[in-house]
Amino acid sequence: MKQLNKLLMIAFIAASFAFPCYASKIIMEGSTTVLPIAQRAAEVYMDNNRGVDISVRGGGSSVGIASLIDGTCDIADASRAIKSSELEKAISNGQDPVAHVVAMDGIAVIVNPSNKFSALSKKEVKAIFTGQISDWSQLGKGSGKIVAISRDSASGTYEAFGELVLEKQKPRADALLQASNQAVAQTVARTPGAIGYVGLGYVNSSVKALEIDGVMPSRETVLAGTYPVGRPLFMYTNGKPQGEIKDFMDFIKSAQGQEIAEGEGFVGLK
Amino acid sequence: MKERIIKWFFTVLAFASLVFLVGIIIVLFKEGMPIFKTVSVQEFLFGKSWYPTFVPAEFGILPLLLASLWVSMGAMLICVPLGVGSALYLNEIASPRQKSLLKPLVEILASIPSIVYGFFGMVILAPFLQDLLHLPIGLCAFTASLVLGIMATPTVCSIAEDALSYVPRAFKEASFAVGANRWQTLVKVTIPAAGSGISTAIILGMSRAIGETMTVLMVAGGAAAIPRSFFDPVRPMTAAIASEMGEAPMGGEHYHALFAIALILFLITFVFNIIAEIASRRYRIKLGLSG
Repeated sequence: MKQLNKLLMIAFIAASFAFPCYASKIIMEGSTTVLPIAQRAAEVYMDNNRGVDISVRGGGSSVGIASLIDGTCDIADASRAIKSSELEKAISNGQDPVAHVVAMDGIAVIVNPSNKFSALSKKEVKAIFTGQISDWSQLGKGSGKIVAISRDSASGTYEAFGELVLEKQKPRADALLQASNQAVAQTVARTPGAIGYVGLGYVNSSVKALEIDGVMPSRETVLAGTYPVGRPLFMYTNGKPQGEIKDFMDFIKSAQGQEIAEGEGFVGLK
Repeated sequence: MKERIIKWFFTVLAFASLVFLVGIIIVLFKEGMPIFKTVSVQEFLFGKSWYPTFVPAEFGILPLLLASLWVSMGAMLICVPLGVGSALYLNEIASPRQKSLLKPLVEILASIPSIVYGFFGMVILAPFLQDLLHLPIGLCAFTASLVLGIMATPTVCSIAEDALSYVPRAFKEASFAVGANRWQTLVKVTIPAAGSGISTAIILGMSRAIGETMTVLMVAGGAAAIPRSFFDPVRPMTAAIASEMGEAPMGGEHYHALFAIALILFLITFVFNIIAEIASRRYRIKLGLSG
């Protein structure tokens, strides 16, 4: 028995040498929209700065901000601004969330490539997603039941879409809820009558992005603010970032960091 | 002394699951009941709209409740004939060699993780059915029923097969002795004798279907609207809990509402299991086995 204890102790000491402690560890959590930027930026940053460990998790804007409030993450990714209720909770927890705009995102309204429409007005999109219009024939072209595909209500894209397009009206109850941007795009690509919405970075050749109010969602139109369904993307830190977190935030805002955001399909600020 | 320690040890182990059960019930009630301060039980159970994150929030779970019932009923239509049918085949017709091959195979079906079924349903079955039946969308109650039906089949089959195999040989021999053929013996003797065992199998299959989460989350479509046809996308209770719990702020109304859904789900499966227990007791008594 004694010998076993000794052996365990030796093993434990050996193990603690074998796994070196990183100089610093940054935990990022939050929006799945911001996730690709965060992930790629973290990878590049870690390649250039040995000894820094950045772990990136999704979960959604609300989850990220909740973690920041609880102090379980250092940077919260969010595709929407912090809510006043969250801010109050953070302050009562002794935290001080500071916003950093890291890129711009356009929400593209997408349909199946076989769809006859290539443009809709924001009003029509709103009418579809609030349930006033349920058949393509009601819009004058095509026919068949409209299959509205939405993000689940935890997603920042859902909330942003609700504010930008639905103007806080109730979304239709029979909209399909999908857990990720990719899932929305895939379902739209497979379903002829479908309409959905995704971050601009998730538009690919398998779906068709619609002009909204005559403006095509693109880098230029989102940055210029002419595209009606655009929004800034945020990272929140607790207080002004310092040390390693500051270096990382500076990196994301640098030309190289913005290039990464562009590479992931978002609109860089520079 | 040693013997007493061992006895105590096993007593503790045996009562551990009781402790877990009571603990879970307490948590469900404690976290679920506060929602009824905001909405009445009636509004909660029969309210037609579920908008938990909307301002003002609406907590009517009727669409979710109906979705769960529709999907499980659909699953029963598939797994009862399949499960009971294959149990009858295994017990009555299959040669010992066939049986030694088939029974483990059916049981392997039960060991496939539910996310694999969900993936299969989402990637293969849903697009296939969508094209085949010209559905607006393949992710719907029907597809979910189909996948759940396949998932619940091994449960039904293996319990029903056990029930059939407990029917004493003497019953069948007596039946043959009075000149009944195999079919008459099966329908008039074996099945009635194993009847409550088979109903236990069906009820447990149902309770499995209604509690299944991952598959319905992936395949049922997730629309919180009252289903009007089998081909509408639906959002069963389990899928609502799984997809919304992550965002629901702890201690908020939405959080309590999700616990209340869990409580209702628990009560439903609890009732199912009690019925199953009563049925299987009756069955054992009927066969003259120990009650």
